Amino acid sequence: MKRLILGTAILALSAGVSLAQTVRMGTEGAYPPYNFINDKGEVDGFERELGDKLCEMAGLTCEWVTTAWDSIIPNLQSGNYDTIIAGMSITEEREQVVDFTQNYFPPAASAYMALKADADIKGGVVAAQTGTIQAGYVAESGATLLEFATPDETVAAVRNGEADAVFADKDFLAPVVAESGGQFVWAGEDVQLGGGVGMALRESDDELRAKFDAGIAAMKADGSLNELIRKWFGADAATF
Amino acid sequence: MLDCADPKALEGLHWTLCYLTTGKHLDFYWSFGTVLVLLAVTAPVALAFGFAGAMAARSPVLPVRMLGKGYTAMVRGVPDIVFFLFFVIALDQGIEWLVHQVRCPDWTDPIRNGLEFRVCPQAKVPPGTAPQAVHQIYGFVLAVVTFAIVFGAFAANVLYGAMQAVPRAQLETAEAYGMTAPQVFRRVLVPQMWLYALPGLGNLWLILIKATPLLFLLGVQDIVYWARELGGAKTQAYDYPHPDWRLWYFLGLMVFYLAMTRGSEVLIARLSARLNRGQATMAGEAMRKAAA
Repeated sequence: MKRLILGTAILALSAGVSLAQTVRMGTEGAYPPYNFINDKGEVDGFERELGDKLCEMAGLTCEWVTTAWDSIIPNLQSGNYDTIIAGMSITEEREQVVDFTQNYFPPAASAYMALKADADIKGGVVAAQTGTIQAGYVAESGATLLEFATPDETVAAVRNGEADAVFADKDFLAPVVAESGGQFVWAGEDVQLGGGVGMALRESDDELRAKFDAGIAAMKADGSLNELIRKWFGADAATF
Repeated sequence: MLDCADPKALEGLHWTLCYLTTGKHLDFYWSFGTVLVLLAVTAPVALAFGFAGAMAARSPVLPVRMLGKGYTAMVRGVPDIVFFLFFVIALDQGIEWLVHQVRCPDWTDPIRNGLEFRVCPQAKVPPGTAPQAVHQIYGFVLAVVTFAIVFGAFAANVLYGAMQAVPRAQLETAEAYGMTAPQVFRRVLVPQMWLYALPGLGNLWLILIKATPLLFLLGVQDIVYWARELGGAKTQAYDYPHPDWRLWYFLGLMVFYLAMTRGSEVLIARLSARLNRGQATMAGEAMRKAAA
């Protein structure tokens, strides 16, 4: 009964709303410089700027929504937002449940960060964020995988000695290493993972995906995407 | 007026003041309000659910009685976290499904497509075009309903027990005065049962306070979410870089929760004393003797 009443109330409330297309952009908001929540409390970062640009090119009104990383795909599927633009690497596994646009960030290196350069990254404890390609890689590397819900916690785990190293996108870790004043160093070799970063959409949303795809292609062609990458990831970041 | 235009050039107290008044911190302070509003709304709604459940469980009509008992048994038996993860999604999709049936009878695509749940755009609740604030309010309402159903089931059991605990002699006396069954219920049973219900309801209230961090599971940005977000180490990508300060933020939350629970305990003790006055119970008798 309660459900019915609520349903009717909301029905009444939402009647008569116009249906101009608003695209809800889902992101994590905890992965600088890809996406983060700035000090004003707004979504900011490389993907914010890119997403706004793509929406403008496609003539869409876009709204930003943040969600926890581990439920980011289920929330897309149940329609809480229409795209995922959250530093998500294109992998075969994910291709089975969502559809990706072409990549807007080239395949990038992942790296180990530790307190000392000779940290045991093959047999020790390595922290990674749950549900990332890096977590999958660590699980198969022979090291003990220690998973965390947020990227920030993976770094904290190394700082307080819970993990020997953290394995993540190098572009995420680079500022952390640079600003740690020597506390953090790189360990081992960089690893190439995934097919670059793309936007993920529901498999049934081909039309919207085509719009974003065209936008990304255009930005690749006129060099503005490279410019944006250099702005957020530094002059020597990998570009197209 | 505080000048926070160039945060990286600030130092000391000025930096601290600017840091503590960023938009993000204001969101954090507001989220305390969210939690308090949730408590203020959920508690009476849950109590109403509980009251209805307890009355149903005592009903002489079998189907109503089964409904009342079934409600408490089912909700009490399911772990909170499962309830919060599953029920809210089911409720949300259920509402959209209903709206879909009304608004888009001609829709031919399947609603369930593998893992996807897709209703027509007109049936999205709230509509996709609605501002983010509406989505947040909707999420909050879902949270209140979920909390109310869960805590209502516990409250129903407490109230049911309390109603059974009122001495039969009290009710019989009322009947002897010629009161009808609803009159006995209203004038004698309910006023007296609060006394027996209070300890159980007090427990529930404290558990409810401590359960509010579950809000984050429902996508409502509560104080725990913001404490974690603000406390995490911040690089130069942010205006106010700082190391890992989560400990301090969580200490702040601890103070908040302790203050809430302590304040509640004091209030419950007072309420209990008030309810015991003039009652034929041990506590009531002790009060009478102390006064005499």
